[in-house]
Amino acid sequence: MKKVFTRLAAVASTLVLAAGISLGAASAADEEGATPHYPLKKPKEQSWSFAGPLGQWDIGQLQRGLKVYSEVCAACHSLRLVSYRNLAGLGYTDAQIKNFAAEYEVTDGPNDDGEMFERPALPTDRFKSPYSNDKEAAAANNGALPPDMSLLAKARAPERGFPTFIFDIFTMYAENGPDYIHSLLTGYEDAPEGKEPGDGLFYNPYFVSGSALAMASPLSDELVEYTDGTPQTVDQYSRDVSAFLMWAAEPGLADRKQRGFIVIIFLLVLAGLLYFTKKKIWSDVAH
Amino acid sequence: MSGHSTYQPTTAFGKWFDDRLPLYRLVHDSFVSYPVPRNLNTFYTFGGILMLMLVSQIVTGIVIAMHYTPEATMGFDSVHAMTRDVAYGDTLQDWHAVGASMFFVAVYIHIFRGLYYGSYKAPREILWILGVLIYLLMMATAFMGYVLPWGQMSYWGAQVITSFFSAIPLVGETVREYLLGGYAVGNATLNRFFSLHYLLPFMIAGIVVLHVWSLHVTGQTNPTGVEVKSKQDVIPFTPYATVKDAFALVCFIIVFAYFVFYMPDYLGHADNYIPADPLKTPPHIVPEWYFLPFYAILRAVDFNIGIPFTDIVLIDSKLGGVLAMFSAIAVLFVVPWLDTSEVRSANYRPMYKIFFWLFAANAVFLGYLGSRPAEGIWIPLMKLTTFWYFFHFLIIMPLLGWFEKPLPRPASITDAVLAKHPDGDGSGGGTSQLEGAAAAPQSKG
Repeated sequence: MKKVFTRLAAVASTLVLAAGISLGAASAADEEGATPHYPLKKPKEQSWSFAGPLGQWDIGQLQRGLKVYSEVCAACHSLRLVSYRNLAGLGYTDAQIKNFAAEYEVTDGPNDDGEMFERPALPTDRFKSPYSNDKEAAAANNGALPPDMSLLAKARAPERGFPTFIFDIFTMYAENGPDYIHSLLTGYEDAPEGKEPGDGLFYNPYFVSGSALAMASPLSDELVEYTDGTPQTVDQYSRDVSAFLMWAAEPGLADRKQRGFIVIIFLLVLAGLLYFTKKKIWSDVAH
Repeated sequence: MSGHSTYQPTTAFGKWFDDRLPLYRLVHDSFVSYPVPRNLNTFYTFGGILMLMLVSQIVTGIVIAMHYTPEATMGFDSVHAMTRDVAYGDTLQDWHAVGASMFFVAVYIHIFRGLYYGSYKAPREILWILGVLIYLLMMATAFMGYVLPWGQMSYWGAQVITSFFSAIPLVGETVREYLLGGYAVGNATLNRFFSLHYLLPFMIAGIVVLHVWSLHVTGQTNPTGVEVKSKQDVIPFTPYATVKDAFALVCFIIVFAYFVFYMPDYLGHADNYIPADPLKTPPHIVPEWYFLPFYAILRAVDFNIGIPFTDIVLIDSKLGGVLAMFSAIAVLFVVPWLDTSEVRSANYRPMYKIFFWLFAANAVFLGYLGSRPAEGIWIPLMKLTTFWYFFHFLIIMPLLGWFEKPLPRPASITDAVLAKHPDGDGSGGGTSQLEGAAAAPQSKG
C-alpha cells in the first residue's frame, strides 16, 4: 500500500511539474503579445567576416566604416576609449595616422603659464569627442544623450530567447551587437496606425528599449563617398559602420580567435595523450 | 582512512628533514599513496577541477588587480584600458570573468554528484557542511567581483542585492549602510567590495584545506555508496586518480577555453558594457546565471504573510522573499539530517533517483524563471518551482527513508566492479580471489 501510494505521488508530481514546464515554455511566445517586449523585432542576422572560429577583419570594410563614423556618427557620438594609434589595426601607416589625428584640435595643458591651449591631436590621443561633456551632448540633442560608441557593439545584445540561446553555444553566435546596429540603422519605417511616436522620436521596431528613438535615420544613399567602388547604399554603410564598431569595441577580436584556435588544438592533443595514458595506466584495474 | 603512513625517506637529508617537519610525508600520504575507491566515475573528478579553478581565479585576479582602479569614476575605464592596452589583457579579463562561470558550472556538478550519491551521509556531514560554506563564500565573492567592473548591471545588481539586508527587521537599514559605506551604492561600496573580493578567495582556500582534510579522514564515497572494506576496493591516488583527474581537467579546460576565446560575452550581460549610471535603471535587472534560481525564489514570494482575517502583517513580501532565498541555501546545511534513508547511492534507491532528476530539472527551470520578468504566467511558475525546491528537501527526503524499498546493494566495491566485468581478472567472484586487478596497484602504495 505504501509503495503504491509513493509511486502515485511520484507520478503525479512529475506530471504537475512537466505540465508547468511546458506551460511556461509555451506561454513565453504568447507573453509578447500581451505586454510590449522590446525590441519589437529581433535583429536580422548578417554574415560577418569576423564571425566563426577563424574570423578575420575585412580591412577594407573597417576603413569604410571609419569613414562613415567620422563623417556621420562622429557629429554626435564619441568614441572615447579608442585612440588614434589604434587605427594601425585598420592597416594605416604611422604617417597616415598622424595626419588623420592632426585634423582634430584637442585641448591640452595647462602650459608653463598656466593656460589651457589647443593643439592638433596626436596618435596617442583618444578620439576627440563631439561634445565637451554629457550635459552639453544631451542639451544639443533635445535632452537625449547620444551614447558613446566605443563599446556599443558589445553593449547591445537583445535577448535571443529560448531555445535559440542554447543553439548559439554550438553555432558560436556572438554577433548580436553588429547585427543589432545594422538592423537599427536600416530599420527605420513609418509607424503603424495609432503607434505614432511623440515629437522628436522616430519609429524603429529594432530599437532595444522602446518603439521609437530620438535619433532620426542618420544615413541615406550616396551620403558618404566610397572610393573603392563599393555600393553607396544605406545597407552597405550600416554594414560597414557596424563592423567598424565591433572593431572599436574589441580591437583584439581577431587575435583572440587566432589565439583560441591554437590553444584549443594544443588542448585537444594534450587530452588525447592523457586519454591513452589513462587507458594504459588503468589497464590492469577493473573499474 | 588516514591510516598508517607508507612514506619512506630515501635519502639521509630526507630522513633528517622528515624527523623535523614531515612535509613531504604529508604530501605523499595525501596525493600519492592516498587510497581511493577503484570505481570512481567522471563525476568524482570535479573536486580536483574546482581546486584548479580556485587557483586560476586567484592568479588571474591578482594580475588583474595590478591594472584595476577601485574608484567610481575610474573603475569602468581601468578595466577597458586593460583589455585594450595591456598585453593579453583581454584574454586575462575574459579568463577571469568566464572562469567565475566555469567555477560555478563545476561546483554545481560537484554538488549534484554529492546529492545523487548521498555523499553527505555519516560520517561525512562535516565534509558536506564545509562544502556548502565554500559555496556560500563563492557566491559572495562572485557577487562582489561582478560589481567591480562598475557597469550598469554591476551597479544595479549591487543595489538590489544589498537591499535584501534592509528587509531584516530593526537592524536591516543599519546593516545595509555598513555594507554600502553610505546610503546608496557608491565609491565607498566599490572600495570595500574590492577589498572583500580580494579577501574572500583566501578564506575559501582555507576552508578548502579543511574540506580536503575531512575528505582524507573519511575517505571518498563511490557510486555504490558502500564503504571501502578491504585493500582490494582501493587503488593509490597516484598514478590512477592523478591521470584520470588530469584527463578530465583538460577536457573541462577545453570547454572553458571555447568560451574564453570564442564566446567571452555569452555568459555575461550586455548592459555591463555601459558605465554605471545611478540615474538610469536598466529595464530588467538580472544577476549572473548562477544566481538565477535563487533570484526566482526571491521573487516567488510576492505576498505578505499575516494573521488570517486581520490586517496584521507578520512578514511582508520583501522579507518573505529574502527569507525564502536564504532558506534555499540554509536548507543545504541540514541535508545530512533530512535524508533519513540508510542507503547512500541513488543507484540503489529507485524512488529517490526519480525525485533527484525531478529536483535537478526543477532547479534548471528555476534558473530559467530567474531570467524572466516577474509578471504574467512566470509568477505562478516561480511559486510552483520554489514550492517544489523546498518540498523536495523538507518532505520528500525525510519521507523516502520510510517509504522507499531500496534495491539490494553489492557486498563490496570489488563485488560491484566484478559484477560489471564478469570476464575480468577476478572472475572467480567473491571478494577474496582477486589477484591481478587489485593486487598489482597495492604494491605501488
